[in-house]
Formats: sequence, C-alpha cells, structure tokens
Amino acid sequence: MLRIEDLHAWYGPSHVLQGVSLEVNRGEIVCLIGRNGAGKTTTLKSVMGLIEKRRGRVVFEGQEILHRPAHARFALGLAYVPEERRIVPGLSVRDNLRLGLVASPEGRRHEAERIERATAAFPRLKERLDQVAVTLSGGEQQMLAIARAMISGPKLVMLDEPSEGIMPVLVDEMFEMFRRMRDEGTTILLVEQNVELALGLADRAYVLDQGVVVHHAPAAELLADEAIQERYCSV
Amino acid sequence: MGTLGFDLLALQLFAGVALGAIYVLLAIGLSLIFGMLTVVNFAHGAFFMFGAYAGVFLAARGASFWASLIAVPLIVGAFGLLVERFLIRPLYGRGIDYPLLLTFGLAYMMVEGIRIAFGTLGLPFDTPESLQGATDIGIGFFPTYRLFVIGATAAILLGLWLFLERTRYGLIIRAGARDPQIVRVLGVDVSRVWLLVFGLGTGIAGLAGLLAAPLQGVSPEMGGPVLAEAFVVTVVGGMGSLLGAVVAGLLVGVTVALTSLFVPEMAKVSIFALMAVVLLVRPQGLFGRPGLLS
Repeated sequence: MLRIEDLHAWYGPSHVLQGVSLEVNRGEIVCLIGRNGAGKTTTLKSVMGLIEKRRGRVVFEGQEILHRPAHARFALGLAYVPEERRIVPGLSVRDNLRLGLVASPEGRRHEAERIERATAAFPRLKERLDQVAVTLSGGEQQMLAIARAMISGPKLVMLDEPSEGIMPVLVDEMFEMFRRMRDEGTTILLVEQNVELALGLADRAYVLDQGVVVHHAPAAELLADEAIQERYCSV
Repeated sequence: MGTLGFDLLALQLFAGVALGAIYVLLAIGLSLIFGMLTVVNFAHGAFFMFGAYAGVFLAARGASFWASLIAVPLIVGAFGLLVERFLIRPLYGRGIDYPLLLTFGLAYMMVEGIRIAFGTLGLPFDTPESLQGATDIGIGFFPTYRLFVIGATAAILLGLWLFLERTRYGLIIRAGARDPQIVRVLGVDVSRVWLLVFGLGTGIAGLAGLLAAPLQGVSPEMGGPVLAEAFVVTVVGGMGSLLGAVVAGLLVGVTVALTSLFVPEMAKVSIFALMAVVLLVRPQGLFGRPGLLS
C-alpha cells in the first residue's frame, strides 16, 4: 500500500533522513521506533508532504507522490495526526470535525451522519460538540485529532506519538481503538515512544537510528529482543 | 448643555459612525488578508481608489449607482485575484517584508495608472438622486446618503459574518487563519483559499471606495490618507481580528467626528493619540492575539 524507497529529507542544512526504506501493507499496523531525533516524525511528515527538501521515492497505492502537495496526498486517502495534535483553537469540537470533511464532497453530503459515527466511540467528544475545542483535556484533544483525521475515511492513517502526555487509562482505551480501526480495514503507520505498548499492538516494526532503518522484524519478535530495544530505544 | 447640545452631539456621533463605516470596510479586508496570508497590503488604499474610479468609469457609460454597487467590487476583486496570483504568490515563504514592499510599489503604479487614464485632478461624484437630501432620524436631520453608507456597511458585515460562520469556505478561512498547515493536511489547497481571501478583501476595499466617492469626490491620491487611518484601525482592533476591525473602525470614526466638533485642529492627530494609548495598554490591540508577528 505504501512503499518508501531511499528517502532523504533535510531541515535546512541538517540531513535528517539518510535513505529510509520501508513498506506498509494493507490492513497492517506498522510501528516506527527509535530514539528522539532518529527521524520517525520526519518520515511521517515526508509521507504527508510537509517537508520541503526531500529525495527518493514514496509510492502510495501505486502512485509516486513525493512531489505532490499535502492536500493532494489527502485526496488519495492518506491522513496524518501530528504529534502536537493541531486542534484549531478558536473552533468548536464540531467545527474541528467538520474541518476533516471540507475536502471530501462525499463526506460533506453526509456530514451529520459522519460526525455521529466519528464520535460514537468517544462519548466525551459527543457531549462537548459545541464546546470550544481548547477547553478539552489533553486526552480528549488527542481523541478529537484522531476522530478528525478518520472522519473522511482514509485508507492509511499516520499517528505521531498518540500516547504522549495522556493518562494511562486513556492510552489503553486508545490502543484498543487502533485495534478496532485495523479490524475495520484502516491501515496504520504509528510512531510511538512507548515501545512496549506499540510493539504489543503492531504487526511489524521498523527500528530507525540516525535517519536510516537499522532493523525490521515482526513486532512480537522485536518485543522479545531486549538487546535491540536496549541498543536503539533506551534513552 | 441643553437638548440642542445633546442633539448636536448625537448627530456628530452618528456622523462618526458613518465615517467609521468606511474605515471598517477597509480595515476588515486588511485584517482578513493579514490574518490569512500574513501580507501587509500597502496597496489597500489604491484598491479603494480604484473602486471609486471604477464607479466613475461605469457612471460615464450610463451605469446606475446600484449597478455599480454590484459591478465595482467584482471588478476590483478580480484585479485583486490577478495581483495575488501573479505578484504576491511567488513571494510566500520569504518573510513579511517582500509582499509589503511589493504592494507598496504596486500602490504607486496604480495611482500613476489612474492619473494617466483619468487625469491628475480630482473629479466630483454625484450622490445618487434617491439618496440626496436629509432624513429625520428622531434626533435631527441626517444626510440620507450617510445613512445609506451605514446600512450598506451593516449589510456587508452581516453577509461576511454569515459567509465566515455558516459556509464551508468560511470554516476553512477561520481554521486557516489559525493553522494553515493542518488545513493542508486535511486536504485543502490553501493557496486557493488565499487567492479567494485576497480577492474578497480587495473587492470590499473597492466597494468602500465607491461608497466614499459621493462623500469626498474622487482623486488619484484618495487612497493615501484612508490607508493610514485603516492601518490605525487594524492596529487598534488587533491585526487579524475581524471583530477588532469593526469595533476599532467605529471607535476611530467617532473619535475623529467628536474631535472635529470640539477641537477641530486636533482631528487628524486624535486617532494616532488613540492608537498610542491602546498600544501602551494592550500592545496586541483590543481583540488581537499576542505574538502574531513573532
């Protein structure tokens, strides 16, 4: 479904990705792990089209997308939930969700129904639809960011550090939801600091270090491999 | 003061509101363009002047004032679309001073172009017949055309508010002003939204020029002073804030009207004094968010 080949990316003069190659198949949860600064977030941003200076190949659903703008990648069925969540401050919860539908004519026709369905799993959002989104707690904002990305029905969703700064009980709930999303046919590419949790969820995992993939294996296998975890993930 | 004094004061306040209405229309476009595109549009006064001359041009060809009210914002807005698409767009991502200098130069070119086409002297502009004279508004007689300007501005603001609050494009604009990147990630081609906003802002400036023409006549330089006043309004209201533009526009209009009544020699200075006071107390403006430019 998604194939990245020899992807390079730069922030100004610093060469952050130095030839990342990886693949995500339909219906999988794939997880990227590695230390801070290994290039996990940059990989997601490059796939979404948010990094200006990049080289290599990014193929999604058979189409080369490296030089397409972000909005065109969304149209192909790619969604991205950034680490900072990016809930729009002045807007209500409902308007934030509607924002997830503005670019999808199909979604707009069934707006009320889509919002109903997107919030079915999040009773807390449903109760607060007309509240200004910034009044939500961190965990609720994360749920909103995910619901907003999912509301248009993307084929592949990329999640950057969804568990960061959220109460453990909510994190468990959220990971349960990712499992359901996969079972319902959404493919997930996940970046997560909480390695144990991520490997427990994912089908496969790639280990990044200094801008390259140093290891990849089924998640269960990596979960058992403490030497690798120690070497590339411990802080 | 007796009742007469009170009536005079009330009439002058009303005159201030009419004057403020023109400022509001200019400031709202400036603010919208700045909030979305981070472009400080120094050509905004030139678009205002362009609107007035578009009215002169159409009137000379037999168009009614009412037809011009529709046609002028479309003509000026269309010109704005071209300016954004071909002159401003290549400068995005280069810092705030590039489009600022560009629009500064563009304003000179527009003024010079109008001088070549219509002459350097000012021209009179007739108040439409049905709006001549004065109307009794309870506290006294008030020029009918000024009442019309207030009403037209209120209608435009209502329309704009409905557009921003009730439509899909409005939602995109409200979100895009806060966080253009997330709007792109959610599938919106932001450059098209910026184009639309520039066209909208300049179109409203053109309409303001047409509305102002019967009050002050038209001249190639008419955009200069009004641009300075509109900048004062956006700074007082808070850059990027539409509510701020409305409140501050009326506040500035009333300030000018009242100082012209009591201390006429202070009228021009008073709005800058108002701006200084507001900036000392609230550097981000009445409704602005702090740190917009940082």
